[in-house]
Amino acid sequence: MAMPRWFAPLTVVVAAMFAYAPISIANAPIESTMLLVQKIFYFHVPSWFVMFSGAFLCAGASVRYLTKGSREADHYAITGAELAVVFGLIGLITGPLWGRKAWGVWWQWDVKLTLALVVWLSFVAYLLLRRFGGPGSEKLAAAVGIFGAVNIPFVYYSVNWWRTIHPKTSVVPTLGPGMRGTFWFCTLAFMLLMVLIAAMRVRLERHRALVNDLYLELED
Amino acid sequence: MSFLRTILLVLRKDLVVELRSGEILYTTAFFAVSCVLVFAFGFVREGRDLQDVAPGILWIAIAFSGTLALGRTFERERQSETLRALIVAPVDRPALYLAKLIGVTTLMAAVELLIVPLAALLFDAPLFRHALMTAALLAAGTVGFSAVGTLFAAMLVRARSRDVLLPILLYPLTVPVIIAGVRGTAALLQQPEPDLAIARMWLSLMVSFDVVFITLALWTFEPLMTD
Amino acid sequence: MDFDTLTFTDVTRNFGRRRALNRVSLTCRAGELVALIGPNGAGKSTLLAIAATLLKPSAGRVLYGKHSAADGGAALRARIGLLAHDLFIYPELSAFENLLFFAELHGVAQPRRAAEDALTRANLATRRDDPVASFSRGMRQRLAIERAVVHSPRLLLLDEPFTGLDDDAVRVTSERLRSFRDQGAILLVTTHDLEAIEPLANRAVVLASGRLTPIAASGGLRESYRRAMSAS
Repeated sequence: MAMPRWFAPLTVVVAAMFAYAPISIANAPIESTMLLVQKIFYFHVPSWFVMFSGAFLCAGASVRYLTKGSREADHYAITGAELAVVFGLIGLITGPLWGRKAWGVWWQWDVKLTLALVVWLSFVAYLLLRRFGGPGSEKLAAAVGIFGAVNIPFVYYSVNWWRTIHPKTSVVPTLGPGMRGTFWFCTLAFMLLMVLIAAMRVRLERHRALVNDLYLELED
Repeated sequence: MSFLRTILLVLRKDLVVELRSGEILYTTAFFAVSCVLVFAFGFVREGRDLQDVAPGILWIAIAFSGTLALGRTFERERQSETLRALIVAPVDRPALYLAKLIGVTTLMAAVELLIVPLAALLFDAPLFRHALMTAALLAAGTVGFSAVGTLFAAMLVRARSRDVLLPILLYPLTVPVIIAGVRGTAALLQQPEPDLAIARMWLSLMVSFDVVFITLALWTFEPLMTD
Repeated sequence: MDFDTLTFTDVTRNFGRRRALNRVSLTCRAGELVALIGPNGAGKSTLLAIAATLLKPSAGRVLYGKHSAADGGAALRARIGLLAHDLFIYPELSAFENLLFFAELHGVAQPRRAAEDALTRANLATRRDDPVASFSRGMRQRLAIERAVVHSPRLLLLDEPFTGLDDDAVRVTSERLRSFRDQGAILLVTTHDLEAIEPLANRAVVLASGRLTPIAASGGLRESYRRAMSAS
């Protein structure tokens, strides 16, 4: 099963973008309060974008899997979940690194970080279920994927209200004019990287399904 | 067989079975009490105002004992595979979900009747100052927790590692309920004046959570239980 | 809703990379008892689960008369009775309560009456109010059979009904199955007890490695089975 035609050129493009990214980041204006450490934000925030995209991909594919039973939908569901977990992990590591330098503590229940943590845990649970739940767990995991995504607004509001009642100790920087270009460049790089990885992962699942089908044909 | 009658029939059967042995009720209640005590020992410090931690301890005890009750309820149906018999029966499958949900919520309500006064006593927390509001928070929170828990416990009945998978799946998804429950209860315990507006706000969050997730569960129950 | 045939057409069921059923075709008619025999893991329970609408086939069709499971819905399930190894009865409830619960669940017209009659047929009238947990295996089996038929189903699916029974219980169970067959039900029975099923079966089929082969039901079922197994 060959990769789609756009895969090789896109790989080149993404590689180039990531090669250029550090240059772009170095050239971006230095933020006044947090100085150099703020630059981690150019990778930190796009990671979250990918995580949430992965979460919604998983949820959407799970809905299709539950309603139509489409095996292809299941491939996309697990791809979405793995993307969410991997890029969520990047976000969860870069976040505290930033926080430690910027505010002196590794973790302080910032709304967005906490929301991301809970959503991340939901999709780790999805993967654990698929891995250890035994046969038939694809369908059960689909429910977890859907619930996990629907839960996002509830988690956001509850953590937000929880934190606003206690005064916030951090201020997330607003984007200065010079930073916007770099930020969107990095975001695009990450999103395209996500597309590449998703393509590879879905292909892997398709191949696994093909192997299963071959085993089945053997029994005929 | 009408939807409502199915719910009542299965619910009545569950209550009779539980009342006969009392196994799930007694063990869950005792576990909840132990939870409260263990956490109390964990947080007691000289001169520390325990009122701050009382809501947290209460809701954690509810979450932990709720998970246990859910697991035990469906373990019972697994033993003689009676859940299969219920699904094969000519009834609306979502009605089975609702019957189980009401059953578990009732059981947890009984447990809460025990541990709420206990918490009020141990931590000198005026939980009954606004009894109605407290009850509403407990009800909405328990329903929310059980709504997600009943679906997951049912779908895990035939899965491997089901005992440990249930909490793994359940806790991240019920974070909003726990936060809302703890903060809402804390708002009611506030000195000198309890903040009713805040408590009402948390209550409304929990109620919308309940509505959304019960609807979602009703929709996914049948496809999940048949293959 | 009623039907007088159960038809499997090229039914296949896969679990991951294992093919549990491989293009199984079978027709069972009213008043017929079809014995489904085969080694463990051959797919017998899977076939029964599909017939009970608990599983969907990966390929092929199952028809109840002219209806499929999807368009039959709850009305179709009301005409199906299922008995598996796990018996489906609540040990904490009494014999009567179990029967009553399932009678009401299946929408039987006069549930109390039906439960009482079932109790008598199971020869458990004296143990009416005792919790099932105190029953022996044979007694539970008799109760389980009556529970499975309390709503007078058209299709009766039995998974290993003779397991763990002594000769007396086997005889009683056989009688019950025979009377049910003679009343016009469709019976599909899986079993390892060839001696018990031979006098009851109109037809016999062997399921091995997911494939179905019909064999002669009378004149030495064990012999026919052995021949079919060595041929495959």
